[in-house]
Amino acid sequence: MHYHKPQTFEDAIKIAATAQGVTRFLAGGTDVLVQLRAGIVTPDTLIDLKLIPGVRDIVREADGGWTIGIAVSGAELGRHAALVAEWPGVVEGMNLVGSTQVQGRATLAGNLCNGSPAADSVPGLVAAGATVSVVGPNGTRKLAVENIPASPGRTHLQPGEIVAAIHLPPRGVNGGDAYLRFIPRTEMDIAVVGCAISLTLDGDKIATARVALGAVAPKVILVAEAAAALIGTTLDDHAVSALQAAATAAAQPITDRRGTVEFRKDVTAVLAARTARIAYARAKGEAK
Amino acid sequence: MSKIHVSAVVNGDPVDFLADPRESLLDCLRDQLGLTGSKEGCGTGDCGACSVTVDGVLVCSCLVLGVEAEGKAIGTVEGISQGSTLHPLQRKFIEHAALQCGFCTPGILVAAKALLDQNASPTETEVRYWLAGNLCRCTGYDKIVRAVMDAASEMREAV
Ligand SMILES: Cc1cc2nc3c(=O)[nH]c(=O)nc-3n(C[C@H](O)[C@H](O)[C@H](O)COP(=O)(O)OP(=O)(O)OC[C@H]3O[C@@H](n4cnc5c(N)ncnc54)[C@H](O)[C@@H]3O)c2cc1C
Ligand code: FES
Ligand code: FES
Repeated sequence: MHYHKPQTFEDAIKIAATAQGVTRFLAGGTDVLVQLRAGIVTPDTLIDLKLIPGVRDIVREADGGWTIGIAVSGAELGRHAALVAEWPGVVEGMNLVGSTQVQGRATLAGNLCNGSPAADSVPGLVAAGATVSVVGPNGTRKLAVENIPASPGRTHLQPGEIVAAIHLPPRGVNGGDAYLRFIPRTEMDIAVVGCAISLTLDGDKIATARVALGAVAPKVILVAEAAAALIGTTLDDHAVSALQAAATAAAQPITDRRGTVEFRKDVTAVLAARTARIAYARAKGEAK
Repeated sequence: MSKIHVSAVVNGDPVDFLADPRESLLDCLRDQLGLTGSKEGCGTGDCGACSVTVDGVLVCSCLVLGVEAEGKAIGTVEGISQGSTLHPLQRKFIEHAALQCGFCTPGILVAAKALLDQNASPTETEVRYWLAGNLCRCTGYDKIVRAVMDAASEMREAV
């Protein structure tokens, strides 16, 4: 295994373009090293992206949005008070990843690029309308986060392409987001279902909404019908039922040792309602 | 496989070692530097027996490559006592019998110290969540949590 630590994305792209065999990028390594040690993936080339200047920064953009560097750890994200205040759902998703030790290393970019359908930070990013800058041998492109995951362990990134930054749109006024997951214990487990909702209000009415589900399909999914059930409502009981019906219909889970199809669909409905209520209360400024 | 030369500072002392790029920091600490305090319980980030700090950040050394330690300051359980004077956490672990086989203890001491370094008066809930990534098969955790709380209160009084 060849280990590289490029100082620029250009160099990282060049190394990846000429590398033979299996290439992995190294952010926090909490997936890469587990897979390496278990013999699941032994990269021939490992490209550490953490030494590229700027990758640990969280930057406020002129339009009020945010750019998050690809090596920012979960712990660093959680300590950023202004970001937490505006996008609590995005941050709480990432902060659910693993233990204190894992939080010291794990990144949003790694969680996204690892391609797990149960990745805890991805529904929050999708609901937020986050985008990523992707750099590669054929130039730079910007992709919506929901267009990155393809299937378990796979993404739509082309060989040699690197996520260079994650962008959150301006939160604006009267917005709120939230992420909840169900796990059989209280810490250190993989989501059986995850749900993230971001919405904005016009008075008491929901003006815009995005609903994302994790762990109930081969990838994290954006559910437009569930968002439509919320828009124009005050999150009354009728709207909550419609949200639950739409979310459950969109969920296409599998049965495994963590839960059956029926159980996952039930939990999807429960989490969708709870997540919507938290996001709504946050948008009203009634909850943190 | 060519090895890479790594310079780091471990518990305040400059060290140099040669690491195979696939080698974990845990293996480098144990096999290259003879610091066998950090343990391997799982090798997959689940048990915390290998906990160390890297530039002050608590991590699982089984999930860090040795080559990533270049230029970093590493803290292990061997650096917790001042010579033969035990750290309050170490004394309280003995007083409260917060260990039986002791396999988890180095990792828990490093993790607990990292907590107290940034939060001098954690609540019991904060201690339990902070240590959620440190598994212990023997004690049932209560004694560990009590020892950490007691050490924290003694350290607050000493200031
Ligand atoms: C004990 C333990 C508990 C965990 N618990 C959870 C949990 O509760 N929820 C959860 O979702 N996950 C969990 N994980 C999985 C893992 O911690 C997360 O997926 C984490 O966010 C991965 O980030 P990383 O920076 O460590 O990624 P890495 O391991 O560095 O990389 C992961 C993958 O992404 C690729 N990659 C990384 N950065 C880029 C980039 N910039 N561009 C292109 N590709 C890139 C790598 O090539 C690799 O394939 C857990 C892991 C452990 C060890
Ligand atoms: S040995 Fe590193 S977490 Fe278990
Ligand atoms: S004392 Fe035996 S594992 Fe904790």
